[in-house]
Amino acid sequence: MKTVWLSLAALSLAGTTAMADQVRVYNWSDYIDDSLLQKFEDETGIDLIYDVFDSNEVLETKLLAGGSGYDVVVPTGTFLQRQIQAGVFQPLDYAKLPNAANLWDVIKDRTAQYDPGNAYSINYMWGTTGLGVNMAKVTEALGADAPIDSLDLVFKPENMEKLAKCGVMFLDAPTEIIPAALKYIGEDPASVDPDVIAKTEPVLMAIQPYVTKFHSSEYINALANGDICVAFGWSGDILQARDRAAEANNGVEITYTAPKEGALMWFDQMAIPADAPNPEAAHAFLNFIMDAQNMATASNYVYYANGNKGSQEFLNEDVIGDTAIYPDEATMQNLYTVVPYDPKVQRVVTRLWTKVKSGT
Amino acid sequence: MNYRRFLLIAVPYAWLALFFLVPFLIVLKIALSDTAIAIPPYTPTLDLSGGWAGIKAFFQGLDFENFVFLTEDSLYWKSYLGSLKIAAISTVLTLLVGYPIAYAMAQAADEWRPTLMMLVILPFWTSFLIRVYSWIGIIANEGLLNQMLMGLGIIDTPLQIMNTPSAVYIGIIYTYLPFMILPIYSALEKLDGSLIEAAVDLGCTRAAAFWRVTLPLSRPGVIAGCFLVFIPALGEFVIPSLLGGSQTLMIGKVLWEEFFSNRDWPVASAVAVVLLLILVIPIVLFQKNQEKAEEAGK
Repeated sequence: MKTVWLSLAALSLAGTTAMADQVRVYNWSDYIDDSLLQKFEDETGIDLIYDVFDSNEVLETKLLAGGSGYDVVVPTGTFLQRQIQAGVFQPLDYAKLPNAANLWDVIKDRTAQYDPGNAYSINYMWGTTGLGVNMAKVTEALGADAPIDSLDLVFKPENMEKLAKCGVMFLDAPTEIIPAALKYIGEDPASVDPDVIAKTEPVLMAIQPYVTKFHSSEYINALANGDICVAFGWSGDILQARDRAAEANNGVEITYTAPKEGALMWFDQMAIPADAPNPEAAHAFLNFIMDAQNMATASNYVYYANGNKGSQEFLNEDVIGDTAIYPDEATMQNLYTVVPYDPKVQRVVTRLWTKVKSGT
Repeated sequence: MNYRRFLLIAVPYAWLALFFLVPFLIVLKIALSDTAIAIPPYTPTLDLSGGWAGIKAFFQGLDFENFVFLTEDSLYWKSYLGSLKIAAISTVLTLLVGYPIAYAMAQAADEWRPTLMMLVILPFWTSFLIRVYSWIGIIANEGLLNQMLMGLGIIDTPLQIMNTPSAVYIGIIYTYLPFMILPIYSALEKLDGSLIEAAVDLGCTRAAAFWRVTLPLSRPGVIAGCFLVFIPALGEFVIPSLLGGSQTLMIGKVLWEEFFSNRDWPVASAVAVVLLLILVIPIVLFQKNQEKAEEAGK
């Protein structure tokens, strides 16, 4: 109890001492080129306090508690939609965002389904959820015809049993894994029907014993170091793992594939909380990020596609030219999106997830 | 009753009301609410501007649904039992490790005692979180312990300690050991050495003297130490979440999940209320024991 009071006191202190020339950004881990943070401070003279998370759920808890103290946060589209309903964000003042002209219509149209008219948010990055594979180890475990482009790889128990020896990590995010499991059994991945969602339970429970860990950020290093051979994770993270392994020159070769059955496409949106201490500086940060050069620097570093048309001419060939990052038409057809769960369905989903993770 | 006495009693009660009763009532109130997509994420909230009707509507919105939910899902009682089991086993293990240390400290020469005492307290100077993290470096598959054992040729494949209940026990014993040692030491230190001499003179062996004299006299310290370990271990969250795997069911972790992953504040609060009620039992027992010890001391 005492700690609750102490942290409340600390929060209120933090709220009152936020200075006019300070901006607090809460973004995903491993999601920016650090040089941009310094560049922002140099250009604007605003102090940047940069903090990271690795779960939409944790972010949402902080936002719904109110008084998070952050000026810019980066929820995924589905979560953003629900948070807009809850009144978490303030509308953007596009007059302060001249760089918004750089945004890409194709992505803007898609994100408008979560945030009509993009009134509250701008797209930061987007990507897919799929399979990161350590080729050598998976071939060793499953043979040369291992289904590395299929959900069979991680949802078929006989495959998982063999892969368990070299290690498999899953995202600790039910909103990513359950749609994939639905896709695997031929159901609508965007289903919000509890009875349909319940059908994934036997699928997930059957492979649960073979999952090394459910975690949403550790798999980058684990994959790069060769500690695990398969990760079911986010595209850019897996490509970062590929890059780190190549840099370390440790003989680990990683590939990313969006499963052929279909892959989840998601959009991470930058938004400003309604109670942001410094909305002025928050707009400055958003405008800085939407600069074509800056956005290209970010994408070149994290290997995620962005929603910025202007940045495309500055992107490295191994980013813009890679269909794992900027999918071609054929892959694009195969991508699906999901919608948020209401509280009753949410309880079913999270309960199922607890069961899957604990094995009971 | 005169004014001064009233004030004297009022201070601790005001403290209790402010730092225990009020937060508890807030948590209880949330436990009786329903989740909502809003700030804060539950409904109803008390709206005093609505006057009497608002207050009435508020109370009508409350129900025990979340407590009923806790009984319907096996996860919760399994986690409570899991926590009780882990807390009980680690208390016994901590006692087995802590008693000999306290005994040795009490037997040590007078000039050594402050130094030994210092050594027991010293780890507290580092952050608890860092100390638990450093255990990951020791017991991980690629960690110091496994590398050492494999280097010595004792084992071929690394021992899987990390992410298992054993890791949780190691973490709890390590963290709470001083809470066990200090009360036992203070009980043993006060022990009159001539009692042991008398027991030996009267034909007791050393072991029998320990069993029949030292141990019973150190009982208050043992009981105090056990409660000081058992109570915080029951609600422990940091150690199981850092060292334990997903198979380790502990109520502190379930509480965190309800709050952060499920964003279900009402159920999280209901879990917290039940946890508190479970904790009240050992705390009351502890209090009774203290009172008895004080009376005996008079």
